[in-house]
Amino acid sequence: MLCRLAFPFVAITALAAAIAGCSSSTSSGSVESIKLQGSGASFPAPLYGRWFKEYSGAVNGVRIDYQAKGSGGGIKDFIEHTVDFAASDAAMNDEEIGQVDGGVVLLPMTAGSVVLAYNLPKLKSPLKLSREAYVGIFLGKISSWDDAAIAKSNDGVELPKLPITVVQRADSSGTTFVFTNHLSAVSEEFKNGPGVGKSVNWPSSDKFIAAPKNDGVTATIKQTPGAIGYIEFGFADQAKLPMANLESKAGKFVSPSLDNAKAALAGVEMPADMRAWLPDPEADSAYPIVSYTWLLCYPKYEDTAKADALKEMIIWCLNEGQNSSAEMGYVPLPANVVEAVTAKLDSIQ
Amino acid sequence: MNHTLPSESEFGGEASISAPPSKFDVFADRGFRSATAMFAWLTVALVFLIVYEVGGSAMPAIQKHGVGFLTTQTWDLQSEQFGVLPEIWGTLYSSFLALIIGGFFGISIAIFLTQDFLPRKIEWAFKNIVELLAAIPSVVYGLWGIFVVIPMLRPTATWLHENLGWIPFFGTSLSGPGMLPAALVLAIMILPTVSAISRDSLNNVPNRLKEAAVGLGATRWEAIFGVILPTASKGIFGALVLGFGRALGETMALAMLVGNSNQMSISLFSPGNTLAALLANHFPEAGKDEEPVLMYAALVLLAITLLVNICGAFVLKRASRRTAGSH
Repeated sequence: MLCRLAFPFVAITALAAAIAGCSSSTSSGSVESIKLQGSGASFPAPLYGRWFKEYSGAVNGVRIDYQAKGSGGGIKDFIEHTVDFAASDAAMNDEEIGQVDGGVVLLPMTAGSVVLAYNLPKLKSPLKLSREAYVGIFLGKISSWDDAAIAKSNDGVELPKLPITVVQRADSSGTTFVFTNHLSAVSEEFKNGPGVGKSVNWPSSDKFIAAPKNDGVTATIKQTPGAIGYIEFGFADQAKLPMANLESKAGKFVSPSLDNAKAALAGVEMPADMRAWLPDPEADSAYPIVSYTWLLCYPKYEDTAKADALKEMIIWCLNEGQNSSAEMGYVPLPANVVEAVTAKLDSIQ
Repeated sequence: MNHTLPSESEFGGEASISAPPSKFDVFADRGFRSATAMFAWLTVALVFLIVYEVGGSAMPAIQKHGVGFLTTQTWDLQSEQFGVLPEIWGTLYSSFLALIIGGFFGISIAIFLTQDFLPRKIEWAFKNIVELLAAIPSVVYGLWGIFVVIPMLRPTATWLHENLGWIPFFGTSLSGPGMLPAALVLAIMILPTVSAISRDSLNNVPNRLKEAAVGLGATRWEAIFGVILPTASKGIFGALVLGFGRALGETMALAMLVGNSNQMSISLFSPGNTLAALLANHFPEAGKDEEPVLMYAALVLLAITLLVNICGAFVLKRASRRTAGSH
């Protein structure tokens, strides 16, 4: 009972904070304190929140405010120079980079998996979804849980005769971008249909519903028998929602665990501009939907103290910070990526 | 003989109560009058400014999409096709449902609280509790809808769909978020508005009217329905118009409960979308190409709200002329 009461309460505070988009700000006593203002992606927000709090505690005089308003909002703020740094799950595309005066330094900070969480209370073992099955579900072609395409890969599991309710994001989101990027890599039909984007045109049906933010989708899945939706691993983990094992490129059913996400990252070469995508990783045990998430910084800051503070903060996140990634459901960066990002920091002045 | 009138300049005219207003009084009086007049006009100007600003930002979209915006159903950023017909439908449908439910309960509560059904103290407590509903934030209503209302509705909705599915209102099964949960929560949100204003207008009905009715042999209920309600109808109608306006513009709770699905359906259980929810979901991240379109949608919402209020005022005028004789 306590648990049932506690969850809505946690959700209330989380959602209220997310929707109001307000970051708590406390006045600092130190005169020489440096304040860094950031905004953007909500997907790594729980981790960033923890990092920035711990860092501010460890290093006196630096205060970091981060508003989780979504990747698109972060990029907009960054282009308009209203923040010191921003964060985005979809990095930035060439057109967006062209709009920034002075250019941008893109730094991958952590990675996360997008999982398919579902609500089938009577199911004991985790659901296995083949590529045919999950693409079909999100194209609206598979509309009942006892469909042959799902049953085929779930031998011995009694699937209910229940309509599938697909829950997607109502707002524009980096999570949607990562997910549709994967679906488009896997299916030609999806690519030509809804396509890739931070917000796409999902099929019109009374079994396709949308909810705002990761929290909203999580809550809706939790309350809707027969629902399935895509959310960030950490949100599903915290809400104790079951997550489907997905068929990888190698044809294996892979669970969204930390190791399997690491396996996906291991196969990626980091390019010079740090924009590495893994729409469909090759490795045998690679979980298919994994993505880096980026910090966006300016190459030149007018206030050098600010630039130094920012660089120190990022170095801290890349080293000490990575320890808390796994705990919060994110994937720590591989050592070679940490090295590459650290080297890239030199281009910030 | 030696008490002469103090000169006005010396005492500022305050020596006698019947002194003419001083320059300061006149100044303050005029100042206050012009200040209130200015604020009144500013409010009017503000409405025009908002329409102008929103219209100006929407202009590129108006030119590009024209009237088709109001009659098509796709919202696709990729192919730049935008239409808000489902949202217009959803806005009006959900608000209308909320008005029926919230109006019924709001007026019932107002009658219950004004016609001596309860001891004074309980009446007072009851009234305050109902008004407290107005203080609950929209997000909390949304979460309450997700965690309480939807699970509560589900068994009934499933039964209705399975057994009476041939009625269009029950044509689809309830997946979770949808029109009915949204409308129910909206109804509760407009309840304080409707009941408070209805209560005031019922309280303003002169007591002698009721006494006269009872004196002529009317029962309590006959007096309420035959005399008191018609007399207060003007105020009650105003309460309903205000409640409807509130429902039209409600954003966050609806964004969480209506399902945000770009489709039109008469079924109470199917998900839909409203203009306010569309704006709430898309605005924070809208890029350069989406912003004018959203402004256009905002303009449509503004127009609907204004239209409802104008129609309300018009009907109110006609209704009051008809019932004027009963006073």
